[in-house]
Amino acid sequence: MSTLPTTAVVVPRGRVTQVRVLTSEWIKLRTLRSTYITLLVAIVAMIGFGMLICWATESHWATMPPPEKAHFEAASRSLAGYRIAQLAVGVLGVMVVTGEYSTGMIRATLSAVPRRLPVLWAKAAVFAVVTVVLMAIASVVAFSAGQAVLSAQHIQVSLTAPGVTRIVLGTALYLTVVGLLGVGLGAVVRSTPGGIASVFGVLLVLPALAEALPSSWADHVNQYLPSNAGESLLTLHTEAHQLTPWTGFLVFALYAVAALVAGAVVLKRRDA
Amino acid sequence: MIEATALTKRYGPKTAVEDLSFTVRPGVVTGFLGPNGAGKSTTMRMLLGLDTPTSGRALVNGKSYADHPAPLHEVGAMLEARAIHTGRSAFNHLLALAATTGIPRSRVEEVIELVGLGDVARKRAGSFSLGMGQRLGIASALLGDPATVILDEPVNGLDPEGILWIRNLLKSLAAEGRTIFVSSHLMSEMALTAEHLIIVGRGRLIADTSVAEFTRQASSDTVRVRTPDAGLLRAQLSGPDVTVTSAESGVLNVTGLDSEQIGRIAAEHGVVLYELTPQHASLEEAFMELTRDAVEYQAAVPAAETAVAEGTAV
Repeated sequence: MSTLPTTAVVVPRGRVTQVRVLTSEWIKLRTLRSTYITLLVAIVAMIGFGMLICWATESHWATMPPPEKAHFEAASRSLAGYRIAQLAVGVLGVMVVTGEYSTGMIRATLSAVPRRLPVLWAKAAVFAVVTVVLMAIASVVAFSAGQAVLSAQHIQVSLTAPGVTRIVLGTALYLTVVGLLGVGLGAVVRSTPGGIASVFGVLLVLPALAEALPSSWADHVNQYLPSNAGESLLTLHTEAHQLTPWTGFLVFALYAVAALVAGAVVLKRRDA
Repeated sequence: MIEATALTKRYGPKTAVEDLSFTVRPGVVTGFLGPNGAGKSTTMRMLLGLDTPTSGRALVNGKSYADHPAPLHEVGAMLEARAIHTGRSAFNHLLALAATTGIPRSRVEEVIELVGLGDVARKRAGSFSLGMGQRLGIASALLGDPATVILDEPVNGLDPEGILWIRNLLKSLAAEGRTIFVSSHLMSEMALTAEHLIIVGRGRLIADTSVAEFTRQASSDTVRVRTPDAGLLRAQLSGPDVTVTSAESGVLNVTGLDSEQIGRIAAEHGVVLYELTPQHASLEEAFMELTRDAVEYQAAVPAAETAVAEGTAV
């Protein structure tokens, strides 16, 4: 062990820039096991669950009652795994931020970047790019595999059919926004269990609660709830009391933006 | 250079740091001493902009920490050894921090060797012992080759070899002209490492002094005198700078005169002495004496012992 602190390497005195913070956050994301586990769970859920459901449909097609057949939609059926994938992606989004609080890493991070906000933007950006790319691939694979299974009964659709590309890639966008909601809420509550509870409270519990509203209210309110708004992008034919695909997605994205802004305010104001 | 001016931090009704002002100069190791709960860590967090002061301000190298465009090159800090994601390896931890100001990979490898973590750098930091965690914390503090180094309790959990290593490291960093600010609750450790001391208790400044000065004051010795003629001797010893106390009959504790002077006075007046013993207060005792009123969590001492302890002025 050396006794004297030598600095043989000339250390360049660089400034903190947003690009450098992005590099730092990219290193952080790719050097944790939890990143790989959660994303793998999401990919397996997308593809595996999609194929399973398609197989169940295909094998029962001959005996399926006509109303059920009329309601069937090949593209959505093969993408049903997103309901499970969103759990994994949401958890990863939360942990990208709260993992730093639970371990104390946040103090090292904010000592390196004392202006703080570049850290949150970089976390959100790195997470969003990684998630949207991987989930787009998973979504296309799930769609193709699912249609291959359905083709046994000749009930498959092609990617070029009207609206199909939109819901296939929309699934990746929806999942990414779920994760960003997690990043934002994670920055607000600073704890992993709290963050996860908030995300799924907003996504899953809120719509369930809204079911209890009188229908005259529910018809107007429910379509604006985060998950309902986001899921309009994943619907081939817009139903009554549902936002149009891109309006719905915009509303959903605004919830994530609001969570990120709230997270930014807390990050900037509160002691670390 | 670190300058704290009237630094105050309140958490609700509790005041952690109150009106604390001090300057830490380059070129020497400055010890930041105080009992647990004295506000040392809070003060250090305010220096790094992690906590916002309720009032007052803290400047590092002439600016508030957050205003430095390249903070890692100005100030290297280890606030807690555990400011590390447990799932990431030491190497990747340092690499991620280095990336924020474009510090090259070669420097990361260099600091890992410097702190002696070469063999374990690729292991998850969660598997590290306390001592290895401290070394990793010091590696992150030195990463940007900073002019100012702030370390919170760096010797905690280190083995004797590690403590010696830190001591030498800090001294050589100071010799390079850096500002070194190190907190500890152990006076004995600081006496060996630091040249200057800033002592706090209950969030307030108690002393801002050099180690040499503190040591000189601490050894203002007491002489224990046992004699059958305590009353007579006491009268003869009295003088403007002399304090004589008595905790048990026939025993005097004298400050302000050394044992030779007391012996001579006793001989002049024909007083028989059974015992004439210089009592040296250790630095640790002097420190405890200084911060006694400022200790946050004090063990209850039985009343009888307290009385005796107060009688024997140390």
